[in-house]
Order: sequence, then structure tokens, then C-alpha cells
Amino acid sequence: MKPVKAGRFKIVIYNMASNKKYWSSVEELNPNSSIAETLKQNEFVEEIPTDEFLGDKESLDSSSTSRRDFLKYVGFTTAAASLAACEGPVKKAIPYVVQPENIVPGVANYYATTIADGYDFASILIKTREGRPIKVENNTDAKINGGANARVHASVLGLYDSLRVQGPKSKGQYTSWEELDTNVVNGLNAAKAGGKQIVLLTQTFASPATNKLIAEFAAKYGNVKHIQYDAISEDAALNAFEATYGMRALPDYDFSKAEVIVSFGADFLGDWQGGGYDSGYSKGRIPAHGKMSRHIQFESNMSLTGANADKRVPLTPSQQKIALAKFYAALNGTSVGGELPAKIDEAVKNAAAQVARAGRKAVVVTGISDVDAQKIVLAINKSISSVVMDVDQPRLTRQGNSKQVATLVKDMNAGKVGALMMSGVNPLYTLPNAAEFEAGLAQVPLSVAFSLKEDETSTKTTYVAAAPHYLESWGDVEMKKNHFSLMQPTIRPIFNTRQFQDSLLKWTGNDVAFHDYMRQAWETTVLGGASWSQALHDGVFIGNGNVVEVVEEDNIEASTDENIDKNEASMVAEAAVASVAASAGKLAGTASSGMELVLYPKTAMGDGKQANNPWLQELPDPITRTTWDNYLTISLADAEALDLENYTVSNGGLNGDYVKVTVGGVSIDQVPVLIQPGQAKGTVGLSFGYGKKLGVKEEMKTGVNAYPLYLDFNNSQEVKIEKVSGTHEFASVQMKSTMDGRNDILRETSLEIFNTKNSHEWNPQPEVSVNHQEVPVEESDLWASFDSSIGHHFNLSIDLNACTGCGACVIACHAENNVPVVGKSEVRKYRDMHWLRIDRYYSSEETFEGDTEVVEAAPNSIGTYHQLEHPSENPQVAFQPVMCQHCNHAPCETVCPVAATSHGKQGQNQMIYNRCVGTRYCANNCPYKVRRFNWFLYSENDEFDFHMNDDLGRMVLNPDVTVRSRGVMEKCSMCIQMTQKTILDAKRDGRPIKDGEFKTACSAACSSGAMVFGDVNDKESEVVALKESSRMYHLLGFKGTRPNVFYHTKIRNTEEA
Amino acid sequence: MIENTYSNMKKVIRRNSTSRILGIGLALMLSFTTTLFAQDQQGDPAAGKSLFNTYCAACHNLDRRMTGPALRGVGDKHDREWLHAWVKNSQALIKSGDEEANKLWDEYKPSVMTAFPQLSNQDIDNIIAYTMAPKEEKKPTDAGTGTGTAQNGGSGGVGNEIILGALVLVFGVLVVMLFLVNKTLRRIAAVNGVEFPEKEERMPLWRAFVKNQFLVLVSVVFLLLASAYFAFGYLMQVGVDQGYQPIQPIHFSHKIHAGDNKIDCKYCHSSARTSKTSGIPSLNVCMNCHKSIPEVAEETGGAEYSKEFYDGEIAKLYKAVGWDVQNQEYTGETEPVKWVRIHNLPDFAYFNHSQHVTVGRIACQECHGPVQEMEILHQEAPLTMGWCINCHRKTNVKMEGNEYYTKIHDELSKKYGVEELTAAQLGGIECAKCHY
Repeated sequence: MKPVKAGRFKIVIYNMASNKKYWSSVEELNPNSSIAETLKQNEFVEEIPTDEFLGDKESLDSSSTSRRDFLKYVGFTTAAASLAACEGPVKKAIPYVVQPENIVPGVANYYATTIADGYDFASILIKTREGRPIKVENNTDAKINGGANARVHASVLGLYDSLRVQGPKSKGQYTSWEELDTNVVNGLNAAKAGGKQIVLLTQTFASPATNKLIAEFAAKYGNVKHIQYDAISEDAALNAFEATYGMRALPDYDFSKAEVIVSFGADFLGDWQGGGYDSGYSKGRIPAHGKMSRHIQFESNMSLTGANADKRVPLTPSQQKIALAKFYAALNGTSVGGELPAKIDEAVKNAAAQVARAGRKAVVVTGISDVDAQKIVLAINKSISSVVMDVDQPRLTRQGNSKQVATLVKDMNAGKVGALMMSGVNPLYTLPNAAEFEAGLAQVPLSVAFSLKEDETSTKTTYVAAAPHYLESWGDVEMKKNHFSLMQPTIRPIFNTRQFQDSLLKWTGNDVAFHDYMRQAWETTVLGGASWSQALHDGVFIGNGNVVEVVEEDNIEASTDENIDKNEASMVAEAAVASVAASAGKLAGTASSGMELVLYPKTAMGDGKQANNPWLQELPDPITRTTWDNYLTISLADAEALDLENYTVSNGGLNGDYVKVTVGGVSIDQVPVLIQPGQAKGTVGLSFGYGKKLGVKEEMKTGVNAYPLYLDFNNSQEVKIEKVSGTHEFASVQMKSTMDGRNDILRETSLEIFNTKNSHEWNPQPEVSVNHQEVPVEESDLWASFDSSIGHHFNLSIDLNACTGCGACVIACHAENNVPVVGKSEVRKYRDMHWLRIDRYYSSEETFEGDTEVVEAAPNSIGTYHQLEHPSENPQVAFQPVMCQHCNHAPCETVCPVAATSHGKQGQNQMIYNRCVGTRYCANNCPYKVRRFNWFLYSENDEFDFHMNDDLGRMVLNPDVTVRSRGVMEKCSMCIQMTQKTILDAKRDGRPIKDGEFKTACSAACSSGAMVFGDVNDKESEVVALKESSRMYHLLGFKGTRPNVFYHTKIRNTEEA
Repeated sequence: MIENTYSNMKKVIRRNSTSRILGIGLALMLSFTTTLFAQDQQGDPAAGKSLFNTYCAACHNLDRRMTGPALRGVGDKHDREWLHAWVKNSQALIKSGDEEANKLWDEYKPSVMTAFPQLSNQDIDNIIAYTMAPKEEKKPTDAGTGTGTAQNGGSGGVGNEIILGALVLVFGVLVVMLFLVNKTLRRIAAVNGVEFPEKEERMPLWRAFVKNQFLVLVSVVFLLLASAYFAFGYLMQVGVDQGYQPIQPIHFSHKIHAGDNKIDCKYCHSSARTSKTSGIPSLNVCMNCHKSIPEVAEETGGAEYSKEFYDGEIAKLYKAVGWDVQNQEYTGETEPVKWVRIHNLPDFAYFNHSQHVTVGRIACQECHGPVQEMEILHQEAPLTMGWCINCHRKTNVKMEGNEYYTKIHDELSKKYGVEELTAAQLGGIECAKCHY
């Protein structure tokens, strides 16, 4: 073997194992090449021209600067520079000229507002400091969608996106709003005169005032069509609901009332039908009086919902349809055709029996993109008169109509469209037939895209109308019938932007601002005499049936495409005639052939609107724990059949093979493959929202775009998969899939055992031997304890039953604590900085008890533990949020050589950045691995070009928390800045602190009630009651670290009917 | 932009008090002259002045338009009866359709002049008498006297230098004389043949020192220790800016505001009560008073900073806030003032004013020094961690009357049998109370 020689031009490696020779250039293949020969001897082909920068020898010799002089100068300048550096720079303080009345520098203001970006709808509070929005909080006054998910928590960063379009643009040049207005009005008039359509293609606004405004706009111009478009369509469900109840809406569900939940492919803890169901679901999951809900999930991909289910049945999408038909038949006592594997068939029958037994307290939901399936589900819930489903006040947050979108594309190509206004949509990225849309767009004389970015669509339109972020806009949303929310600006527009509604008002010739317009509309209708200011203050308003009157002009009716009308009308009529049983028959006849692809939105990215958000890119997927990517999930059996591999390389990173994915003639060439336990055999999964190319920073251009495969807006497609060459590098934060049978990490048991057995059996508290007597760990002590009996002593309770793994707490922690983003390559090296992680564990057997049995069968055998390392084909899943446990006997504190981490009287384990010298002993000694080291400087560093690298992005930083520098350790502080603020406020008011006032970012973000924070010295507090629960245990309690964070054993309702 | 203003630092010199005495004299003289002029009017200008200051000065100045018009010579502009009616109730007069009144109203509306039904006609006449006094010109003689006194006052300083110089001279002469005397004596001795005993050849001191190795060792150790001590002291001063006194873009005198006029600190620094920052007052706070104070009083100007200088600084404020003095209105052209921040804590140290000011009830001066005496503000405290900790160790927490502490105090006194507790005992020196 020759020595490896690394030069600028060649690397020649002789690999002994394979005897392969690698070439770096074709030159080397030519045996007579002089260059190759020279390179063998020298590093460079030609002599390096050193004279050019050194000058010739003579001039060097004649130089008056000797080497000694040079060194003197160097020494002098170094000394001078270091002396000069001792003096601090002059800092300026610039007060307001006229201070706004409600702003006190240093004190946060909160405003109630609403996000409604067409995908996420939530009533939220915005924390602002000195006029800058810095954090999203849940609006607890809201009856619906008051809990922000991870994307909503991260949306505040979108406000400070450096790639936002900063003013109206035409052909890539900035223009003025006046010019845009003139040309648009001319264009609109031209379209009107030419008898062409004027189309408004928008996101779902669900905004009463906007609807009224659009009607007025239509009245002015005539021949106006308003088409709503959801990138991820709920068309089937909307059509089914419309056919059944005569209104284009979606039923609302209150899962807290459910005793039995059966889901056929509905990821209702994710984004199914707009999401927001997790808090209700979690309420039903906490065992109270020996009861909790039973959740059965039939699905293909391992979804968040499936991971939380008591029983999960993996099956293909076509099997789901048959299963649903059979379920319906079983419930009705009839029978339908269709073949299912025996195991699934039995599961379906069992589920039907349980629903029948629970009666009104049961609910069935489905996510199948099929009108028949959706109709059956509505019919079942109606027939059992489910208390969970609410159809009287349905949800309005999805309105997209894919048929109308398809017609629009045809009309555009036929030259029927004279003007196209788009708002909140990006069809050239999200449409499966984007190319057709693009061709049609070229034929539209006037097109305007209201957009935050110069994205795929807005770069192709006549005008980019710079739209404000929702935190700079006014608006109203009717989340569900009679449940209104208000959107108000929390900052003045940063750029020269104008919102869609204000522009419509302008073009309608109405000079009022949209705020006044909306207020007037509300005061005359919705409010019904209630106070506008109060509604704006609360951000939510429950109406009493008053609706904003939309002026129905004759010409809009006439202008809508008659074909569609007829189609829809006939469809509705048809549906009314056809019985649900026929639908079931149709479903049962579903034939399956080959591999099936299930498209899904990922927790972090949703439909991809926030692809340029580094917080979301780095948020690990709750199931796969992978960041910065999307990938094809595949079952182990299918992967082996296709010779696909995932393997870990020497630096701990996960690698995977690439495949080519083809759906109906459309193919994506290189999709990385991730083997997913629990993925139904014969199916693969791919998520939306990735692969964006425009309007995102270089580092954020991750993954592949799955929308081209979303044919007919159907989330399941027949697919062909071929292995292609190449290896993909994943950035995954958790390689360990199972617990290897160690049940001191995550405890769980079944509802039956929980109800019947003593807690010592299923939740034993660790004991140690003192003087030959077994005593609880708590009672033996090597060290003198801290006295924390007086004042506050904080504890955090985490209920593993209520935690759905949604990740909202992770982003809230990011925002509150200025946690840096490190990028994909660093995450791959496990250098992620998340203070709070949500560990996901699979069972290696079908159940976690199965794991214990395996250990007990052959304890202390290496083989046993090898066996336990691999998750089962359909594993049970558990989530466990882990942050610093704030041990009262912290192993990290004793090893710090500089006392940079110490203990507080209030129970916090304190980390002092300015004292830390970065030995990392503490991280080594921490049994929970929650300490994070700043390997680099992550702010103002071009190597980490995320939000902390530009002035705009840094505006989101919390001014009360230090931005850490390179070389220091950091970790969860239990949000000491928040507890200190609560204490100070109470001191200033001279009052005792009430229970519930103390919060951390994660506990405040947790809308499912899994995280409860409080003062254990306040004996009346909720956290004390939780600590005394029989389900309480400490993570690795036997170590005697006495954490101030405790967990509640997970209980699964395993009772079959 | 980072500028170095260290070199621009100025030390305050105690202003000369003679100028103030002069000012008072001037004012006395002024009142005397007005009395002289007022004699042919029907009213008492002295009584008028006090009435004017009580009732009118908030909106009127004699020579300058404010909310209302300048009032000097108002008695000549209007009929006496009309003036009586106007002062007692201007709105009634306007409503009655009086042409003169309506003209004025058009000019100054919507500011409504307060009605003064409590003033008698005699009172109003007294005020008018006061306004009829001609404007006092600055008398050159006064100015002359002023500068004269200033020179006199200054001679004290010069005298000291002369005395010192003379002393040095005398000392020098003495040294020369001593040398000469010694030389003369030696010459006399030589002439007289007096023999000086031959000095023994002794080992030079330095050689003896070098030979004594123990002594060398001890001195080296001592030198090293001493230099280490001073180096440590020097290094500990790095980043400590005690006494930092930069030149500000507007010469704001805390002495005049907080000292002479006794304005409460928290009137301007209001957020110190509720926020972590004490807040540099926004310019609209300045304008609360300075809307009607366009110039300092005669006696405020002194030797070091003249009245013109102070008035110039107020003009800077007006420019920044966009206040048109002539028309008494805001122009809307603002220009934020870039103050130089004096008290700089590093980013990793959290300090909350309201905790100390409202909860701890600590006077501002405890940390900021006698601000009311500072013409130019400087950093009084070192603002080092040791300084913070020392105070936390010795300051008792003010628990009485604060219900937040009731439970904690009861428990603590039961447990330890103490009544008073320091901040440190309650966890006030834990690292993460200030570093997070």
C-alpha cells in the first residue's frame, strides 16, 4: 500500500479490502501523461510564483526593514492593539422622541391576535418588547384553536425573514403602490371590457369581512370568480359534508368527550382537517376514576396519532377503504365484499363492537381522500348520535375547492382569464400540474401575487404585491360557525407592504382602510351590540348568530362557471339519492395493486409555507427524530425486498439509500429512504412542504417537493420505486430506537393493571440499602441537602399520557431562550442545541410489557439485549420530553472546576455562562444528557447563516436571556427569567403568588396539559397534587439525583371489547 | 459608530457663587425701576407681579408668545373695561359677538383661556400695571461689574500660583546659597591648611548588596510580589469605568433639575418603578416643562456655563423634538438624541431597577451618588460584581408592609428566630439570580 498523498489536484487511495483504485482526474489514466508524472513527484505542476508577492531577492536584501525590525513592529502593534482593547466602546442610548403611552422600555406587552395563513388557524397572544413581537403564547380564552402548534410558535420568526419582499415589484424592479394601483385598475377594466374573467385565487380566509369585501369587488367589476385553494386539500371531506348537511364546512370534534375513538387514516393529532384537536384528545387520555378513552388507529404511515393510539393497525390505503366499509357493515349488522387479512378483519370487528358498546360516546374519523369514505364516517357518527362530533357549528378553516382550481387552469390556458389576483397561495410550488398553471399564467394579461416572498409563483406574475406578515395585518376569522377571532397588527409594517384586503378596497374605489371597514362590518352585524374594543382585547368573540351580510350580487352567480354548478348540483343530487350503503359497497370494491404512496404533512413543515424558518427546519420530527429533510418512509420488509439500507457511519450519522419514485408518469429522481418501524407493508410515505427552491436561504433548500405526486389532490397514490445510486446523509438526533428493556427511563402499564394492582407493582420507587435495610432512595443521603423549604421550590410535572409529542414546547423553548440553530451538518454530529428534546421510544415487541417479559425470560444475556435493540414491525410508541431535570443532588455541579453550575434555593440547577470555561465535565457527568455545548459562535457568524446572522432576524431574540458565546455549556434554566419576573411582579404589587402564575415556556406552550409547573412549597398547588399521584416517578430515580422534574407513568387502555 | 469620548472628559468646577449674588441684586434693581415707572398707572405692579405669576404665567409670558399672546403693553392694546370682561370670562365675551374678542379667539383657538371670576378689577389693573413696565435692557454697567467681580474672584487662583512660584524661587536661591557657602568654607579651610581626614575605602553599597545573596533573594521576592499586586490591581480595573463622565450631545445638568429645582428622579426616569431599565426620558417628557421654559433664569447662568450657553442647550432640545418656539407648535421634524450611555452592565448581567427602587425602596443616590449635585453626570459606583454582592450581603430585605413576604417572613422567623434578613440570606447572591 502506498502512502496516501493529499495534494491540491489528486487524492490516490489504495483500498486494501476491495483493491479498488480511485482516480481524481482522467489525466491519471494516461500512462504517458507528463502532468501525472510531475504530480507524482511534486505537489504542483509548475513552480509556485513566489516572487510575485515577495519581490526579487535584490530588492529584499536592499530593504531597510530587517527581520528584527519587522518583529519589533509586530510586537509593538500587538501590544498597542491589546492596550487599546482594554477600553470599552462608547455605547449610545437613544430614547423615543415621543414615547407611546403603552410602551415601557423593559416591560413586555401582550396582544391577542390570530394566525390564519390558510393552513394554520389559531387564536394566540403575542408578546412584544419595545414594539417588537418576540414570542407566541396560547390564548387560553379561546374556545377553539387556542393552542398554538409548533409552526404557529415559530411563525413569529417569519416576520423577521430577511428574504421577505420589501415592496411592490414589477418585473423584478421595485415600483410604487400608486403605479401598481393604476395599472391594476386599468387591467381590471380591460378584462371587464373584454368580457374576460377576473379571478381571485386565495387561501382559505374564513374571514367574514373579506368575504363581504370580495362580494363588493365582484359587484364592481362583474364576472369575478373567487376560488379558494388549499395546498393540502380537504376536498373530499368538504364535499361529503356539503352533500350531507348542505354547507361547505367540516365537522368539529371534541375528543375530550370520547370514550372510544376509531380513526381510519386520520392524523387528527397532526394537521388532519386543520388540526387543533390534541388538547381535547389529551383531556380524555388522562385516567380519571379508572377511566380513559380507547383509541384505535388504522393507518399506513406511522403518524403522531398512530403513535399515541392504544391499538394501531398498519394497513395500506386501499385496505383502509375496505376496512372502513366492513366496519360500517359490522356496525349495521350487514355485510360487504372485499378481502382483508384475517388479523385486520378481526381488528375491524373488535373496533366496531367497541364503538357499538360506547354508543354516543364513540366517534369515527377518517383521513381518506374519498367522498364515499367521508360520507360513511359522517353517517356512522350521525347514526350513533356521537356527542363528539358537532355539525351544527362546523369548522370553516378549510374551504379549498380543487375542482374549481382545475377549471381555472383550463380557463387560463384557453385565454378566458383577463386578470388573476392571488393571495396566500403558491400554486407553482403546490399544484401537481404546476407546469400547466405556468403556461396558463403566461396567457393572463394581468396577474398579481400577494406574497411575503419572491417565490415560485410571484416571480412569474406581472406584479408581486408585497404582503405584510400576519403580525402586521388586520383581519377576522370565523374558525367555526359563530366562533370569531380577530387579527391585529403587533408591529408597524417593517417593509412597504399592503395587505390584500386594503388593495381590494382601493381597487373597488373605497377609500377606507380595511380596519375601519372590518370594524364597521362587525359593529353592524357580528357584535350585536357587544364592545369592539373588548372583542379586540380578547382576540376571540362568540357570536349569537349574527353574520356579516355578504351582498349576493346577481352577476357573481351568473359569472360562476355553469358547468361546475351543474356538476356540483348533479353530484349533490346524486349523493342524496345514493345511500351510504352504496358508498360502502363502492369502498369495499377497492382493488389494490402494487406499492402505495401516502403523502402527509410533517409536524415541522406542514404545507411548506414556512420553509425558510430555521427553527422548524431543525425541529426533529416527532416520529423519525430526523431534521432538515423529508424522505420516503418504508417498512423494513419492503426495504429488504428492494435492497434498501439505512446504516450508521463512524461519526454517528445516519446514511440511507436513494430511490426513484414514480407516480402516474411523474417521477422524482433522488428520494432518500428511511426505514420506519410501523410503516404498513406495501406502503411508503412522503411528506409535503420540502424541496422549495425560491424564497428560501441556501441551507433551507432541503428535501424533495412531493406536490407533483399529489395527483387529483389524493393523498394516496400508486407508486413505483426503484433503487438508484448514491447515499443520503440524514441529520437525526436520536439513533436509539428502543429502551433496551430499561424501564427506569419510561414507565408504562395498562389501564387494567393500573386499576387493579398496587402502584408498587407497576411503578416501584427505587430503594437502597442503608444499614442492611431497604429504604427509599429519598431517605439516604451522602451530602447535606439544600434547605428549600422556605420560599419557592419549583417542580415540573410531565404526564406521559397527555403528551402527544407535538413539539410545540420545543419551539416555545427555542423562542424564549434564544436557543441557536446549528444547521444540518452540525445536527448530524449530534451538536443540536435543543434545551428540550422529546425522546421517542419504540417497543421491541408489540407491547412494552413484551419487552419486560423478554428480559425476565433470559436476564443478563447479551443476546437478550441485542434482541431488544430492534423495534418491532408494529411497535408501540411513547414520547418523553426530557430537559434538564434540575437535580437536587446534581452530578454536574460537583464536577465543575470553576463552579459555573450551582444550585439555587428554588430548586433550579443554575448554569452561569460567563463563568464557564468549557471543560464539558458536567455534560459527561450528566446521566440525562441534557447539557448542550456551544461548539461555535452561532450568532453573527456567516458560517451559520440563520436568523441570528442578520439584524432583522436578531430582533426576535429575548432581551432578558443572554445570547451564549462559543465555548460555553448551556442547558434548560427552568425559565428562571420567567419565574423571577412572576416573583418580582408579586413583590411590587405586595401580594402572595397564586397557583398557576408560575410558568415555563414549555408548560405555557403545552395546550394538552401534559406539562404542569409550580411551587411545591405551596401545598395547595396543582403540582403538589400531581407529585403525590401514584403514577409519579423520577427519571433514573435509582441514581438518587432527586430531580425537580418528575414524570407520570404512561397508561394504555388495552382492553379489547 | 464608536467614538472615543474618554479624552473629552471634563471635570466640573464649582461654579462661582458671586454671580448669583449679582443676579439677585439685578433683580432687586429691576423691581425698583418698575415701581418707578408704574407710578402713573392705576395699579400696583408689585402686587400685579405676584398675581401674574400665580394666575397667568402658565400660559403667558411678557415678551414671548406661549399658549396665549405676549402680554407686555397689553394695557395699550385694549380698552380697560374690555380687558376686565375678557379676563373674568373670555368665552362669554366671545359668544357675545365682540369683534375684538373673536379676532383673538380665531388666532388662538382651540386654547380656551381660563375664566378668572375671582379676580377683582383692581387685581386685573395691578396685573396690567405689571405688564406695562418696559422691558428691562441689560445694563452694560451691570455686565461690567459682573466681569469685574469674576476677575477678582479669579485672582485668588493666580495668587496661589505666584506664591508657589515665589517659594520655588526662594528654595532655589537657598540651595545655591548653601552650595556657595560650602564652597567658600572649603576654600577657607584649604587656605588655612586644615586637613580633611582621608576617607576609608569602603565597599560600595551596591556591591555589598549583590554579595549578600539572601538579601537579593528577599528583595527579588518582594519586587515580584509587589509587581504582581499592582498588576492584579491594574487588571481588575479593566472594564471598570468608575468616574466615566462622557460629554453628552445636550448638556443636561442634573444639578439644575434634581438639585436646584428638586424634581423627583422618577418624574423623568419613571420606568425605574416598574421596569428593569430606569429609562432615559423620552423628549416629550422634557417638553412637559420646557414647553413653557424656553430659557433659564438670569441667576442660573454662571461663570462656567453662561445663561446663553444653557439657553442654547434648550434650543438643541427644541430642535430635536421639533418644537417651533415662535409659533408654539410642533413641526413634526424630529431628530432623536443620541445620548452616551454612562452605566453599562455587560449583557450577561441582569439588573432590574424596579426590584431595587420599588420593592427594595432604595434611594437612587445609593448607587448613582449625589446626582443632584452633578452638573455633568458621571458613574459613581464601580458596578462590579463584588460591589453588588457586598450590598446584597449587608442590606436587609424590606419585608414589612409587603404581603408577598408575609408567609416567608413568618416561616423564617419561626425557623431561625430572626426578624431581619439580608438579601443574600434569601438567595440574593445565587448566580442565576442575575446571570441567565
